[in-house]
Amino acid sequence: MEKSHILSILVENESGVLARVAGLFSARGFNIETICVAGTVEKKESKMIISTFGDEQILEQITKQLNRLINVIKVQELTDEESVVRQTILVRVNADESTKNEIFRIKDIFGARIIDAGRNTYIIEATGSEKKIDSLIEILKPLGIKDIAKTGQIAMQRSRKQA
Amino acid sequence: MIKETEKHTMTGSKILLESLIKENVDTIFGYPGGAVLNIYDELLNYKDKIRHILVRHEQGAAHAADGYARASGKVGVVLVTSGPGATNTVTGIATAYMDSIPMVILTGQVPTNLIGNDAFQEADIVGITRPCTKHNYIIKDVKDLAMTIKEAFYVASTGRPGPVLIDIPKDITSSVCTFEYPETVELRSYNPTYFGHHVQILKVISELLKAEKPLLYIGGGVILSNAAAELKEFAELLDLPVASTLMGLGGFPSDHPLFFGMLGMHGTYTANMAISNADFVVAIGARFDDRVTGKIDVFARNAKFAHIDIDPSSIGKNVKIDIPVVGDVKAVLNSMLELLASKLNEAASSRQKRMKWLEELNNWQYEHPLSYKMGDVIKPQYLVEKIYELTKGEAIISTEVGQNQMWAAQFYKFKNPRSLLTSGGLGTMGYGFPAAIGAQIACPDKTVFDIAGDGSIQMNIQELATAVQYNLPVKIAIVNNNFLGMIRQWQELFYAKRYSFSELNVSPDFVKLAEAYGAVGLRAKKPEEVEDVLKTALSIKKPVIMDFVVAREEGVYPMVPPGVPISGMLLV
Ligand SMILES: Cc1ncc(C[n+]2csc(CCOP(=O)(O)OP(=O)(O)O)c2C)c(N)n1
Repeated sequence: MEKSHILSILVENESGVLARVAGLFSARGFNIETICVAGTVEKKESKMIISTFGDEQILEQITKQLNRLINVIKVQELTDEESVVRQTILVRVNADESTKNEIFRIKDIFGARIIDAGRNTYIIEATGSEKKIDSLIEILKPLGIKDIAKTGQIAMQRSRKQA
Repeated sequence: MIKETEKHTMTGSKILLESLIKENVDTIFGYPGGAVLNIYDELLNYKDKIRHILVRHEQGAAHAADGYARASGKVGVVLVTSGPGATNTVTGIATAYMDSIPMVILTGQVPTNLIGNDAFQEADIVGITRPCTKHNYIIKDVKDLAMTIKEAFYVASTGRPGPVLIDIPKDITSSVCTFEYPETVELRSYNPTYFGHHVQILKVISELLKAEKPLLYIGGGVILSNAAAELKEFAELLDLPVASTLMGLGGFPSDHPLFFGMLGMHGTYTANMAISNADFVVAIGARFDDRVTGKIDVFARNAKFAHIDIDPSSIGKNVKIDIPVVGDVKAVLNSMLELLASKLNEAASSRQKRMKWLEELNNWQYEHPLSYKMGDVIKPQYLVEKIYELTKGEAIISTEVGQNQMWAAQFYKFKNPRSLLTSGGLGTMGYGFPAAIGAQIACPDKTVFDIAGDGSIQMNIQELATAVQYNLPVKIAIVNNNFLGMIRQWQELFYAKRYSFSELNVSPDFVKLAEAYGAVGLRAKKPEEVEDVLKTALSIKKPVIMDFVVAREEGVYPMVPPGVPISGMLLV
């Protein structure tokens, strides 16, 4: 069955690791929808969070093959139910006298921030689930979006709740 | 050369060679060039410790190292220059990768400060070989060199083996640092599982004891893990019939009463019927390749599957597995034998359960043996049978790819592991001859035959000079049908005999060609000449090319047409 998946991949921080990992996806015709790579507490490690869409069985195969890569330490699939998933966006929108109020209203609803104010545009920063980010974009569209920069999705397994 | 206790300052070139010695490397296959001149210069000082075989093409070096590794079980080592030297090895690396052969490939690279500059003879060989190596490295600091070599040999030879490439920029080979060879490797992210899970192993045994129609489906993993003896003991203990993939041939004696031949597209009738009718199949170091399974959704549809493999990613890849066992084939078989030692009574009564099954298999074998018809012209199958007879099944046989490969697999009865060297996964024409050279170097006392096609042999014929230079008495038997025979066969069967560019109208006179290289050339045109030519060749302690002019349009049968269940074989 085809669906969205998020993989958290702990790797050794060596040159070429990203290419090795990405290569496994492309070799099987799997699109990487988003990818985030950054260091962890350990200097020698990086964590990659990859979100992708596709067949479950093929993903299982990719997971096994990721584990086979010499530089991959751990691979974990993070499901929606058991994890928190976040994405951050920067949007530059038109900000003239007629739209400013609307922008402030939207910002408040979405818990976003204005982090740069120019003569005719603002840059809004927001963090949230993919859904929330998508609807922010939809709502801002009529005001005139000039530019967008999004991070990939990052995710982490939720802590166990006490019984 | 250096005392263990002392630390010495050395150049990268010397560190490289000292490290190879620490890894017990005594032979490397290579070809010099600008980026590796420092290494080559140092190599002259190591003449007594490391034998360098100068090939005539870097592809030859890679295949020769591969053949050396397959025949000996050791890691094959290649040394080539940057750019074209490195890219020429790629087919050889991919060949080894597909068949899980342990190799270390050392490539020169342009100096560190020129990398990424489109410098002369620069190629991103690490990028190019990323998907066809088990792992690869580029050295950025001479201090990392020794550790990387240690790691490379460890990674290449453990777990599911494979080729590992180390790219060494020229400046590294002249930089100096102290040399201390690491004692151990620690790779946090690489820990192959050797011993199978106890519970899983118990499940396999209990299914086997119950099974009425079991089958052991063995692959190259049996040979890679040196498990032939354990496999034989195991099969005999429970009276389990065995069928093999191309890569598994030699893993179980072909003349054994429990052996029913090769599986798959050109497998025996019995092997393919056995797996189609079995109730429990234990795959041992095999990977359910599409050439073996035929139409996958109906493959062995009555069977439960157990799969023993060291590589978790090959388990459940193509077929759903009921009992996966991740582990080294030899270790797992040993555990099973130990467990069975306390169940000898059950083993005996389980043998009773499959008397009927073995009878059925023997009937199939009797009704549809591998066969061919003799005629006035030489039949390729007859040729292979004669090679088998005259070498008593004790030769190392390498093959090229195509019909020659399939006839060799069908009609030579492999007795010993590591006696068939063939490119199973990638199907590389041009593999067989350089592989035979590598095998002959690894096993100087064995008879080594390359069973070749007139097409394939021309893909690495230049290595004849190598064979002559090192006086390697490799025997090349060309099954000369003036066709790219396997292509012709497919065109005959599936393209209404439209032989599109598969006829080899012009080939060299192979006898004269052999002579031109300083080897010996022989020819046979009639069946009655075959034996004499082979005997003469075997009596000559030099490389010999035998040109066997064979029936032009002979086909390889049985054959499972693509997309058909493997029980749907075309017989002769
Ligand atoms: C490098 C390479 N190119 C092309 C092929 C496709 N191919 C498979 S078999 C074959 C014909 C081989 O002809 P020959 O060596 O004469 O052997 P025969 O089949 O006649 O025994 C070809 C072209 C291949 N396997 N390898």
